Amino acid sequence: MEPCDSPESTPRQNASSNLKDYFLASTPWQKRLESVRKQTSFVQTTPRRKVPECSQLQETIDPHKLAFLLHKQWTLYSLTPLYKFSYTNLKEYSRLLSAFVAAEKQKGLAVEVGEDFNIKVIFSTLLGIKGTPRDSEAFLVQILSKSQLPSKNREDKVLWTGWFCCIFGDSFLETVSEDFTCLPLFLANGSESNTAIIGTWFQKTFDCYFSRLAINAFNLSWMAAMWTACKMDHYMATTEFLWSVPCSPQSLDISYAVHPEDAKALWDSVHKTPGEVTQEEVDLFMDCLCSHFHRHFKIHLSATRLVRVSTSVASAHTDGKIKILCHKYLIGVLAYLTELAVFQIE
Amino acid sequence: MSVLMPMDKLPGLNKATILLVGTEDALLQQLAEAMLQEDCASELQVHLAKSLPLPSNGSRPRIDLIVFVINLHSKYSFQNVEESLCHVDSRFFLGKLCFLATGAGQESHCSVHQSMVVKLAHTYRSPLLFCDLEVESFRASMAQRLVRMLQICAGHVPGVSALNLLSLLRSSESPSLEEL
Repeated sequence: MEPCDSPESTPRQNASSNLKDYFLASTPWQKRLESVRKQTSFVQTTPRRKVPECSQLQETIDPHKLAFLLHKQWTLYSLTPLYKFSYTNLKEYSRLLSAFVAAEKQKGLAVEVGEDFNIKVIFSTLLGIKGTPRDSEAFLVQILSKSQLPSKNREDKVLWTGWFCCIFGDSFLETVSEDFTCLPLFLANGSESNTAIIGTWFQKTFDCYFSRLAINAFNLSWMAAMWTACKMDHYMATTEFLWSVPCSPQSLDISYAVHPEDAKALWDSVHKTPGEVTQEEVDLFMDCLCSHFHRHFKIHLSATRLVRVSTSVASAHTDGKIKILCHKYLIGVLAYLTELAVFQIE
Repeated sequence: MSVLMPMDKLPGLNKATILLVGTEDALLQQLAEAMLQEDCASELQVHLAKSLPLPSNGSRPRIDLIVFVINLHSKYSFQNVEESLCHVDSRFFLGKLCFLATGAGQESHCSVHQSMVVKLAHTYRSPLLFCDLEVESFRASMAQRLVRMLQICAGHVPGVSALNLLSLLRSSESPSLEEL
């Protein structure tokens, strides 16, 4: 699969890149400078994106782990590159992080002699969750509570899960030097306090920075269009949109549900260029839905804010929450989220 | 179809009139109040409208400057401005019209991409100003800027005309816009 176009390329870059050829732009500093120059260009052209297709890398993903990742609500964060992170030290990291979590949980509590906080942390790699072979390997962190029952029922309860991944992070990987591992997308499921503890440890150990990834209405409408465009054998859920109307004292929520086959039919009538999604098509798709609503209810949905999009492929909320429902398009969904995360970091 | 003309009425003595067009009533009101609070040698008149065409009204004075306010949080305001532009005479685009985009500060609420507004302003060869009208200090400084522009467009500043101002504002834009 070819990588997606980066949204910040402009025609101006061609002129300056000719000059760059005369320099040996191999040092990471110069690469970083080039990417910063791309960012400060005056106009950000709206992107054209490839429709997410089934990736052939899907076969290498362990189906048990895959089932674990789907149908769960993940909170999204963007993460700057990790310094001196090594995949061979995962056991060491598990040990250190277990100790850290136990210490954090014991803070402020009276410690009884001999009491053991039955928490353990496990690091494991997620093979196959990457876009190109150049992407860093995804890995999973889980906080488990050790079972206190005798060996019969040794199933540990999972308290918190978080995973790091990078899909098609090529534009980002170029600017980063060898010591750094690029995993810009972080997804967490579990209590906020655990997320904070894990985040603090990672920030201290690898000199990185987490920040919440919010998805604005513009990107949500792109997601709606791209996911409706995906070919599905059978639809598990209706296509649903949630709009928030800003009014005092409490905001009003409008929920608009469309039968998924109707949504697909509408998209097919709008879609012109095969294999690519353009801004005009996304706008037309959303305008059709909004004008249909306006015809019936005389409410301009375009004056309100799109807050949640839910399709059979995945559902996303503007606060940065995602739930992936279809294993076929997992990589496609993650690729778009990685792009948003990279955009936020830069 | 009534079209707004720049020169169909005689100018009032020492009067300068600005027309603010936009769907966000509260923001327009606040901007209008901020403008009227500016001390200015000319007599200011601020007209507010949701969209064009304006209802035919004989007592309305000559409009010196039109400002289209687009809220980046609402696609509706963008579409409204696009439709209203049809009702403006082409001579307004010689410096007597500008676009004002608000809400760019809250990236998470934006439903209109910045490049769409930039393209619109470029298509109509008019200046585009960005300002978060909800923040009072930004609103006050934007009001100051609009009052100065209005004085020039009304011809109250000797030696500078609206067209001069337009060419001055345009030369500061980056060359990549010309390639759009």
